[in-house]
Amino acid sequence: MSNIIGYILICIGLAFDFFGVLGLVRLPDVYNRLQAATKCVTFGTAGILAGVFVMEGYSVMGLKPIICLIFILLTAPVSAHVISRAAHRAKIKLADETIVDKYEEDKELLDKEDN
Amino acid sequence: MRIKVKSRITVFILSFITYFIITQIGKFDWQELVVGIVISFITAIVAGDILIMEKRKFKFSRIFYTICYIVRLLWEIIKANFHVAYLVIHPNLPIKPGIVKIKTNLKTDAGLTMLANSITLTPGTMTVDINKEKGEMYIHWIDVKTTDVDEATEAIGGRFEKIIKEIFE
Repeated sequence: MSNIIGYILICIGLAFDFFGVLGLVRLPDVYNRLQAATKCVTFGTAGILAGVFVMEGYSVMGLKPIICLIFILLTAPVSAHVISRAAHRAKIKLADETIVDKYEEDKELLDKEDN
Repeated sequence: MRIKVKSRITVFILSFITYFIITQIGKFDWQELVVGIVISFITAIVAGDILIMEKRKFKFSRIFYTICYIVRLLWEIIKANFHVAYLVIHPNLPIKPGIVKIKTNLKTDAGLTMLANSITLTPGTMTVDINKEKGEMYIHWIDVKTTDVDEATEAIGGRFEKIIKEIFE
């Protein structure tokens, strides 16, 4: 029984990983791609790790995925935030569909405060 | 001074537990245990003083709110994933991206970090930068519904702000 649940979780995780990668290819600019990369890939990888945990139980193999899962959930948003901030500071253009950019408007103000 | 010692001891225990789970379960080995103690000690000395920054009292209501927060966060993560999957497989790619500004009342570093992380994991939004003095956050929104600061605050931060305020402040 636990094998079946584990396989189902792994399949769900793989499906969302696939959507995340498809988003990386289809979406227009860095920021939108990061959205797909953080959300889908985080959840997909968490699904795969949870599936391994369900299949293995409380054993040598089973507890390591839980630690990886906690670390992924804590670190993926932070890295996305850092990459998007660095991209904006390096003046990488937003996609043409973009309708508003409040960060650009306030940027001079922020730079002044940093110095 | 005392709060730093407390923080270092907490870091030592946490990193030792992590090391113990990774290496020791199933096979018990004295040498690896000693290495684990040494490495946890080095971690606690080098990076131990940033985990706990300020003193606060223990409250039972905080545990209740933490459980509520985790359930809420998991639900929002699942919603976020179906949202992105829908956007990606839609043939016309119905996105309307932009960076909006929201306000927040949180003051502590831990609270702001958790709010920013929660916003990144919820549907369609991603934190780009925080201005701590003014209490403002810049959010990349994949499907902009409003550019007004107050309405955007309600739509993006309102889901988590109250519950995080209970936990961290």
